Amino acid sequence: MQRVLIFLIAAWSGFFVMAIELLSGRILAPNFGNSIYVWGGVITVFMLALSIGYLLGGRWSLHDPSLRRLAWLLMLGASSTIPVILFGNVVLDWVFDQVRDPRYGSLLAATMFFFIPTAIAGMVSPYAVRLLVRNPHSSGHFAGLLYFFSTFGSAAGTILTSFYLVLYFEINQILTGLIGISLLLGLIATLIGNRENAPGA
Amino acid sequence: MRPVPSLKTLFALFASLMATSSSATNVIHTEKSLYRNIVIYEEGDQRCMSFSQRDQSARQTCKSLGDPNAFVFTYTKMMMGALYLNPTPRNVLIIGLGGGVLPMALAAIYPDTVIDIVEIDPAVVKVASQFFGFHSGPKIRVIEEDGRVFAKRAGKADQRYDLIMLDAFDHQYIPEHLLTQEFLLEIKKLLTPDGVLAANTFSTSRLYDHESTTYQSVFGVFYNLRVQYKNRIILAKLDGLPTRDAIERNAATLEEKLKPLGFGRDWLLPLFSTERDWKPEARILTDQYSPSNLLNSPL
Repeated sequence: MQRVLIFLIAAWSGFFVMAIELLSGRILAPNFGNSIYVWGGVITVFMLALSIGYLLGGRWSLHDPSLRRLAWLLMLGASSTIPVILFGNVVLDWVFDQVRDPRYGSLLAATMFFFIPTAIAGMVSPYAVRLLVRNPHSSGHFAGLLYFFSTFGSAAGTILTSFYLVLYFEINQILTGLIGISLLLGLIATLIGNRENAPGA
Repeated sequence: MRPVPSLKTLFALFASLMATSSSATNVIHTEKSLYRNIVIYEEGDQRCMSFSQRDQSARQTCKSLGDPNAFVFTYTKMMMGALYLNPTPRNVLIIGLGGGVLPMALAAIYPDTVIDIVEIDPAVVKVASQFFGFHSGPKIRVIEEDGRVFAKRAGKADQRYDLIMLDAFDHQYIPEHLLTQEFLLEIKKLLTPDGVLAANTFSTSRLYDHESTTYQSVFGVFYNLRVQYKNRIILAKLDGLPTRDAIERNAATLEEKLKPLGFGRDWLLPLFSTERDWKPEARILTDQYSPSNLLNSPL
């Protein structure tokens, strides 16, 4: 059960990141346009945040790793996306007034909104590897499986968001749904983590 | 979301066109830009700019080599219908340059009018100057920027125009942030009290309904000019549409000036319609909901 949940969390985390990345282009377009450099800025921020997330996640996995803590990461990452819904327009207008060049405007706005959620999502993968691996012999096997689920989730998040979700829902509705699912999944993992960690389990 | 048609699509398109096109086309220039490949070719009496290899429907601009002043496209003629609503524009904004046919025609008719053109792609500006006789000058300014960013910035700087022309769409790709209620409100803010908006849109699909309700939500009643369900021009005026009489009077005074472009009021006036031939329940496009390209794809 633990393992299934860990793979599920990794897959969902991949889904979440790509869905948010696609939406971020949409969120920035009214203020900074749809030029190639807006996408360049968005992708840069997401890649940089993921790289730092991997680093931090691996580090954090050294100290008392547990499914419960993995669930916290998931819920924290999702919660840190809430400001986009609440203050999106205000912050974007502020950046628009401060920064004339849309390249740096979009880079700054993308950093402010998406760096932290994406970095936390990046922490999930190495942390999950630590939870899965019991001995060095099978470490590559589990790392491979985890990459599979996480990247498969990313692919699913990309196609579902760009082909279908934007056709039926508003951006904020999609964001709310994504955050809701993360919190729900995190909650379930916390409960199961608690039970399996309880004495006698 | 990115404005890049897949290589495969282009390839297939190219192959099919190569098989069917028989008249002699002569590619005279190609230009790679950040956004697309631009092809300049000549065919018969015409020189055209296309964003896709010789695909007829992807032609952005054509000019007649024998009669360079005359408009080749129906849509540019229809866009000039905006002048029937306001025959003396002094400050014009055009979003989307193409070959520069519209600004050059306006500048010829109104030498003292200031024309701002916003074009996202520097390569388009380059080929418009090189191959289509476009040139900027003291009265004609080209701003290389995203149209949405320009409109927002201009609004904050309290700039005003008495004629705004939106010409940033083509058959294959719609910049979705330029077809939302919020964008149109930003454009509306740029209009003088008697200002006129002319929008060239390509929608023939179910996007037509969404586009219509979106424009209606911002501008109220507008003139809807359609030809053969291919071209669609929306003409709106900030202080309400003028009466039929006023339009006919303006058309009469403009007749001689528009004649060199290759059309007259006998052709253009009957196209002016306020009939609402769309589904009124179609969801309005907003910055939150703007799947224009998905809605525009054939189902």
